Amino acid sequence: MAFVNWFKRNVVVIAGLLTLAYLLLPNVVVTVFSFNRPKGRFNYEWQRFSTDAWRDPCGVSGLCESLGLSLQIAFWATLGATLLGTMIAFALVRYRFRARGAVNSLIFLPMAMPEVVMAASLLTLFLNMGAELGFWTILIAHIMFCLSFVVVAVKARVMSMDPRLEQAAQDLYAGPAQTFLRVTLPIAAPGIAAGALLAFALSFDDFIITNFNAGSTVTFPMFVWGSAQRGTPVQINVIGTAMFVIAVLLVLVSMAVGNRRKRQKA
Amino acid sequence: MKTTEETTTAGGGDVRLTGISKTYGDFTAVHPLDLTVPQGSFFALLGASGCGKTTTLRMIAGLEEPTSGTVHLGDQDVTALPPYKRPVNTVFQSYALFPHLDIYENVAFGLRRRGIKSVKKQVEEMLELVQLGEQARKKPHQLSGGQQQRVAVARALINHPKVLLLDEPLGALDLKLRRQMQLELKRIQTEVGITFVHVTHDQEEAMTMADCVAVMNAGRVEQLGTPADLYENPRTTFVANFLGTSNFIEAEVDATSGDDIVLKAGGGKLVLHRSRASAPATTGGKILAGVRPEKISLTHADDAGRIPEGRNRITGRITESSFIGVSTQFVVDSPVCSDFEVYVQNIDRDPRLAPGAEVVLHWNPAHTFGLDAAQDIDAGVETVEEEVV
Repeated sequence: MAFVNWFKRNVVVIAGLLTLAYLLLPNVVVTVFSFNRPKGRFNYEWQRFSTDAWRDPCGVSGLCESLGLSLQIAFWATLGATLLGTMIAFALVRYRFRARGAVNSLIFLPMAMPEVVMAASLLTLFLNMGAELGFWTILIAHIMFCLSFVVVAVKARVMSMDPRLEQAAQDLYAGPAQTFLRVTLPIAAPGIAAGALLAFALSFDDFIITNFNAGSTVTFPMFVWGSAQRGTPVQINVIGTAMFVIAVLLVLVSMAVGNRRKRQKA
Repeated sequence: MKTTEETTTAGGGDVRLTGISKTYGDFTAVHPLDLTVPQGSFFALLGASGCGKTTTLRMIAGLEEPTSGTVHLGDQDVTALPPYKRPVNTVFQSYALFPHLDIYENVAFGLRRRGIKSVKKQVEEMLELVQLGEQARKKPHQLSGGQQQRVAVARALINHPKVLLLDEPLGALDLKLRRQMQLELKRIQTEVGITFVHVTHDQEEAMTMADCVAVMNAGRVEQLGTPADLYENPRTTFVANFLGTSNFIEAEVDATSGDDIVLKAGGGKLVLHRSRASAPATTGGKILAGVRPEKISLTHADDAGRIPEGRNRITGRITESSFIGVSTQFVVDSPVCSDFEVYVQNIDRDPRLAPGAEVVLHWNPAHTFGLDAAQDIDAGVETVEEEVV
């Protein structure tokens, strides 16, 4: 009876903890197995603790090259998609032009299209154009599918922006360039940042479209996939864990900065 | 419609609109209008929503391009100048404070854009003027509506504009705060001596604050004058109804003798001074005789003999009475007007004055004003009710 009462009182907490565990368990497994020293080529069974892989993360040939390439592609894809997407979002919200409605819906189409279909059709396109598959085809493809997400994120922000703010800036002696830099951009910034983060994440771990259009180039997700056929090096877990930790640290730092700013203001 | 003080143009600070108009496609928001706002005055543009008052204001600010006409600030033609090159600043409806900047930076914005480096002293002084020194480092959303409104005023005033434009600046505040801010704005205007052009749909606000009011209706200025002048001498039924309440009697000109016009209405005679008739009076012609509710005295029919000679009088029956405290408001049904409104000060209350009582309404003929009978008696009435809701 006591247990039932205790359970009733804590059911929300328990459900919350279980959900969190469900979400984080894969990360825990990745982390734990990054300290494994497997027998044979597959890192699927716990043998014994070791920091070998952590001391030599680039020990597997091709891994760090593929990681570098993925980061490079993600960086440029994010930049390209964020720039274009932000401009498209502003154009769609601010200007009335012919076919605006059509553009508005067409921009969402890549999000709804099955990725594998898009990958195949992109390949067809590239081959017909006689393009050489590799870094550039991957980058073009990534910018393309990241674009819709950036547009969605920025558009929401620009739409909720009071146009009078820009008029007020102009009224207070800010010319068009100043108005954009001092008022429009800072207010739209959270939307742009959200779009950019999304683009980076999408580009970095994209496998399907990249695999179709990479030619002989190997990105990090492709490397992981390839090695999983022949045996999984522990270093993959090391890279995965490191990325997770960096992401968590970034979130913590930004939260701390935000909190401190808030306290200073108050 | 120009103000009488054409001579002050030499002072260099007047706002002069000449033949200015604005059309959007087929819709004319502002018909060509001429208006001079004297330097240093508190000027109100009053009208219902959609009358063109905000468009007029935005054309002065440069946020709206006039279809025709010119805008002069003093001797300078600013018609072609973009807003950021005009020496005017605006307090926007709902303030438009920059949400990403704190109060201090909001106020400093204009100075910084003009390349002024040391803004600290000016910003602090300005925040002091609007009593917000303590809140300098807060973000706009952390302030109350009244405080935000004062930030908006400070942000504009710190630039020492030639003209401060206020677009319904008190519209978002509750009644009590609005009264307080009316006085506050008036105090600031007296203190800094800058020309204020204030757009509002609230006739009381316009009358309390402004030295001069332009009543706008459907893209035109109906009448321009001091609040008292507009109230006492409305020239159209729109102005008469929009500013306060008016009673109208449809009358026929019976005779004219000297300065007086004698009117015939429902068998009785009324006298109207010629100087107060804004329409030409020809014997046999129609005229609308108007009188404000507070100018009328109410006497019970039994005491009709005690009413002094020479007053305009009308008989009727009370249909409604409501006690307001300082006054009692009566509605009287009379042969010449079915719902005559009468406000009686509660000095000596006559208990016989209750619904159903037969009464005589009487007033000094000097308080009668005459309007052109060819207009809609109810113009301006409905719009007022709409705004109140």
